[in-house]
This record gives sequence, C-alpha cells and structure tokens, in this order.
Amino acid sequence: MQVRVLVRLKPGVLDPQGRAVHHALEGLGFAGVEDVRIGRLIELDLAEGTDEATIRQMCEKLLANTVIESFTIEGAQ
Amino acid sequence: MAFRAAVITFPGSNCDRDMASAIEAVAGSPAIRVWHGDAELPDRLDLIALPGGFSYGDYLRSGAMAATSPIMRAVVAAAERGVPVLGVCNGFQVLTEARLLPGALLRNAGQRFVCRTVALTVENAASPFTAGYAAGETIRIPVAHHDGNYYADAETLDRLEGEGRVAFRYAEGCNGSARDIAGVLSANGRVLGMMPHPERAIEQAAVPSLGGADGRRLFESALASFATA
Repeated sequence: MQVRVLVRLKPGVLDPQGRAVHHALEGLGFAGVEDVRIGRLIELDLAEGTDEATIRQMCEKLLANTVIESFTIEGAQ
Repeated sequence: MAFRAAVITFPGSNCDRDMASAIEAVAGSPAIRVWHGDAELPDRLDLIALPGGFSYGDYLRSGAMAATSPIMRAVVAAAERGVPVLGVCNGFQVLTEARLLPGALLRNAGQRFVCRTVALTVENAASPFTAGYAAGETIRIPVAHHDGNYYADAETLDRLEGEGRVAFRYAEGCNGSARDIAGVLSANGRVLGMMPHPERAIEQAAVPSLGGADGRRLFESALASFATA
C-alpha cells in the first residue's frame, strides 16, 4: 500500500527557505504571493494492512521532528 | 587514573579528530574512538563527546539519522545514568534529535552557511562544563554550520533561562537563534550541546586571527568536574 506523509514546519517556526522562494517568486513578477512554506513529502510503500498507529509512530520517531514539524498521513487504511 | 573520554564517529563526522586531539591536549591521555555501529560504549567513561560534521549527509534533518544509530541508544542510556555528554555542532543537533536536550536546530535565518569566529557570552559559569569561565565573560569561539538556528517554544525557552540552562549566548548576530542561544545544558548540567566549536580554540595561534584558546577552559572544566579520582 502506498502512503504519503506530508511533513510541515509548525506555524510560527521561521522558514527561511520559504521566505527566499517567496522573494524569488516576487522577483519573477508573480503578484499576490502572500506566503510560501516549504515542507517535505515522504512516500512509503508499506505491507498491506499496516495500521495507521504504526505509521504515526514512524512519523513521531523519525520522519518528523515534532518539536518543529507537524505531519499528516494520506492513504492509510 | 587517566581521564576516560570517548569520541563517537558517525559516517560524515568531520570534527572527530579535532575533538579527540583537544581532549588529549587537555587531559593528557588519548580519547577512545568509538564507531557509530558499535552497540556498546567502553565502560567507566568520564565523558562522551559527539563531534561536528554532517552525519549521514544530514539526510532527513541534521542529526536525525545519527540519533537512530545503535551507539546513540547506548549514549542515551549512559546520559540517563549521569555520564557526561558534550555535543558540538552536529553533535548538538544529534542531542536534540535524540531528545537528550530540548528544542531543535533550524536552517540559519540568513540561509547561509556561517563560518567565522564569533563572540559568545558565558551565561552560566556554574555548570560542570563552564566552571572555568566567569559569568558574563565574552569569549571567542569559531562556528561553522548551516543549521544552527536554535528553536524551542516560548515556554521551553523561559524554563531553560529560569533554570540557568543557557550555557552560552551569541554576543553578536549569528544564525537567528531564539534569544541568541548558542549552548544548552540538560537539567542536571551533565549534558551540554553547543553550536560553536571549542575544540577549534585550544591553542593561541601566533597570528591572533588564526585562532585563540578560549575553548580550552571548557575541556579543563570538564576534566576538573568529571575526572574520577
């Protein structure tokens, strides 16, 4: 089964990379860009039936650092 | 008895030799070199040092992969028994990822790798690692990092400051760290994580711009505090 984990910096955590990309978009002439935040997409190919609690543990133990990041799991059964 | 210090080397560590050399220069006996894949630490250690570098190529997050390595389970267990641990630069990142110290180290606010000597203020001169300094003293120690921007939530920062767990602060702009924090102590004062490299400031160079000796007292303090008689 395919599961996607989206890892994002928590609101309020400075994202200098997102800020630089924001400035670059403005530099390219795109108007109306209010904010840019950059996260990480992790695709997991898991044995069928892997439960969401196990995937949450993977996220909390390694895939995300919950001090600074939040995560969402997509495609879990 | 000789001071027993271990320096852990991860794949991608690049300051492990400097760390071992600094410890030997101060303690007079060589540090024991330990590889990341070892499951056990040598016994009766007086200090464990986690060096700078780019362990596991900074994959996922700086320090994240190293924090899962077999030797780190042993380091966490040792720290919980009270064995002193010093983490410098990548070592500090590993300590936060292993949750031995609170907070996290984000990409530098200026997006750039910062590599220069910076002024630090000694905030806590009563800890085992900093007893050789004077509180409020300004020292100069090199930094070399891309992810040194210390972050913790306001409540955690208040707690760290209230408990005297901020060991060093940047006395000048460096990387955007919350409250200019450069080094953090554990609650018992026996784990120190810091982004600046004291092991690179052990001897005064003939040309002052090539380096000073302000890092030496950190190792002397650790030796005086932790050496078993």
